[in-house]
Amino acid sequence: MNVLKIATAGSVDDGKSTLIGRILYDTKSLTEDKLQAIEEKSKQRGFDYLDFSLATDGLVAEREQGITIDVAHIYFSTKKTSFIIADTPGHIEYTRNMVTGASNSQASIVLVDARNGVLEQTYRHFFINNLLRVEEVVIAVNKMDLVDYSEEKFNQIKGEIAYLAEKSGYKNQNITFIPVSALHGDNVVNRSNKMDWYKGESLLDYLENIEFNKQEDSRVRFPVQSVIRPKTEKYHDYRGYAGKVYGGTLEVGDAVTVLPSDTKSIIKSIQFFDKEYQVAKQGSSVNITLEDDVNVSRGDMLVKVGEEPQVIKQLEATVCWMDKSPLQASEKYYIKHGINDAQVKVTNLSSLIRTDFSGKEQNPSKLSLNEIGEVSFKVSKPLFVDSYQENKANGAFILINPKTNNTAGVGFIK
Amino acid sequence: MNTNVLQVGALESEAIYIIREVVAQFEKPVLLFSGGKDSITLVRLAQKAFYPAKIPFPLMHIDTGHNFSETIEFRDQLVEELGVELIVRNVQDNIDAGKVKEETGKYASRNMLQTETLLDAIEEFGFDACIGGARRDEEKARAKERIFSVRDDFGQWDEKNQRPELFDMLNGRIDLGQNVRVFPISNWTELDVWSYIQKEEIEIPSIYFAHKRKTFLRDGLIWSANDEVVFRDEEEEVEERMVRFRTVGDMSCTAAVLSNATEINKVVAEIRDSTISERGARIDDKRSEAAMEKRKQQGYF
Repeated sequence: MNVLKIATAGSVDDGKSTLIGRILYDTKSLTEDKLQAIEEKSKQRGFDYLDFSLATDGLVAEREQGITIDVAHIYFSTKKTSFIIADTPGHIEYTRNMVTGASNSQASIVLVDARNGVLEQTYRHFFINNLLRVEEVVIAVNKMDLVDYSEEKFNQIKGEIAYLAEKSGYKNQNITFIPVSALHGDNVVNRSNKMDWYKGESLLDYLENIEFNKQEDSRVRFPVQSVIRPKTEKYHDYRGYAGKVYGGTLEVGDAVTVLPSDTKSIIKSIQFFDKEYQVAKQGSSVNITLEDDVNVSRGDMLVKVGEEPQVIKQLEATVCWMDKSPLQASEKYYIKHGINDAQVKVTNLSSLIRTDFSGKEQNPSKLSLNEIGEVSFKVSKPLFVDSYQENKANGAFILINPKTNNTAGVGFIK
Repeated sequence: MNTNVLQVGALESEAIYIIREVVAQFEKPVLLFSGGKDSITLVRLAQKAFYPAKIPFPLMHIDTGHNFSETIEFRDQLVEELGVELIVRNVQDNIDAGKVKEETGKYASRNMLQTETLLDAIEEFGFDACIGGARRDEEKARAKERIFSVRDDFGQWDEKNQRPELFDMLNGRIDLGQNVRVFPISNWTELDVWSYIQKEEIEIPSIYFAHKRKTFLRDGLIWSANDEVVFRDEEEEVEERMVRFRTVGDMSCTAAVLSNATEINKVVAEIRDSTISERGARIDDKRSEAAMEKRKQQGYF
């Protein structure tokens, strides 16, 4: 079965939790005991409808304050697809959570309240989806029931987003607009009969029909996670390279370059558990053996000959900062690029990018929590990178604060 | 020549990747093994991650002493087949030593007491990473759990200060005294686990299949009648019923469901059509709305 990871962002006011609760309800994904708990709670709070947000807001603090403070994961499936929703809050102080949610998603739902139209928050959601190059973005215009299911209102919002899309740096994004009412279930799972003017699919139909694995034809990258050496009679000289295939396919007989040593060899076998295969497709965690006895260890990378990535000791990247202590020039951090570890020093902080598409601020003194900027680094050892645009997995990295070990930021290589 | 094209499923591939990262990033990992279907699934994934080498870490069972005997027999057999080390630490030892106090009465359970034994064992062996079979779909507090979840010396989970996890990059850097709980099947649902067991033909303890058992009813749930372990009022009458278990925890807090599913295909079909959640049969979660979150803050699995 296909697995589709979706990010949602928005505030309680947009009806995001209600939308997710509605999807769960209409796809019959809420079990009786969960539904019963929601019914009781709703009654207890004096609501005359089912408060579906109770299905998603998990932590005690969230239920107390009626807000969502972290990334919550919600699961449901239809006959065709397993869905994983990474649900994040929409306020500016949660930018880092939105970025986190979007980093793991193939599609994103941006909620807009039909009454309020496009707000600062909408700009931010849209901007993050652009920055992370999320391929499929749905603009769900919610609360259509409160604007008399007005086509005019819907088109107005559509126009505003289209204007933003023109300013964005990522032109291949597929943007789809769907008018919904989460509270009443219009166009969420089932097509609404209140908006004849809308000819498109319901939200769920749209999500079910998304194409998978589009990045299949980019250049393949195989970072070696570990070397498998059984040291048994049967597998005496066995050296298997364990890792996950990113961005393309690997085939037995492929000529490969091992980085950083730059030695060449040929793929002898592709194994997964006790079976051998001719071809491994992208996303597969496999075990590879080479024809020659070359020196390969964790952090090395196998690529096809002629498709080598850049080998760099200077990094230029767009960074989203996630730590309380700000990023500043000449600070040092640990960097994790895929599974490869090194250290970096900030050499220049050239700009702060505003998330409302209003441009950049040149030469800021620091990058604070939830801010996004353009940063240059010096790296302690060569990294094998692609631009984020060419290969998402090999074009992103995280920064770790050496004092706290916390994940302090994420970077997208230019 | 082999012409097969391999596409490892997204969830399986993700789990194997995570388990490999644990071994690469930590000095002393351990797999927390309960004998339940989730930890059995983890064992299969660990096998796949390192094949043809053996699983490079031990399994550890925190035994409440109230486990179903079928689970223990199964555990010992599996460990022997795999040739891996099994560590067992008993909740009973802590009770005998007076370190923890056992609950008494109608809803008494040793489930909470496991935490203390687990933390002791982590310290005793110096484990820096504990791989567990928790899933985000199980429960609301777990929905916010990270794949690498950092715990302090007291095993505490600080839910408001969790590390963001971006793409599949896992930050396993910790200070001395800290350890990490790792959840490779975070993104699996109950049905995913059952479908995997079906597809891989993985053996599981017999109590997961429908069987005749002496049971009694309480609060609309079916309890296993075992007077040594489970407190029962005299008016709670014992009756033989055809049941299976959906989750296998401590006998005192795991309810059975009526079922005729005697083999895996029937179980999967039942789960698919089920209208009650898996943890709906876990009595310990019903104590309060925040039951799981509280236990997690104190260092529970």
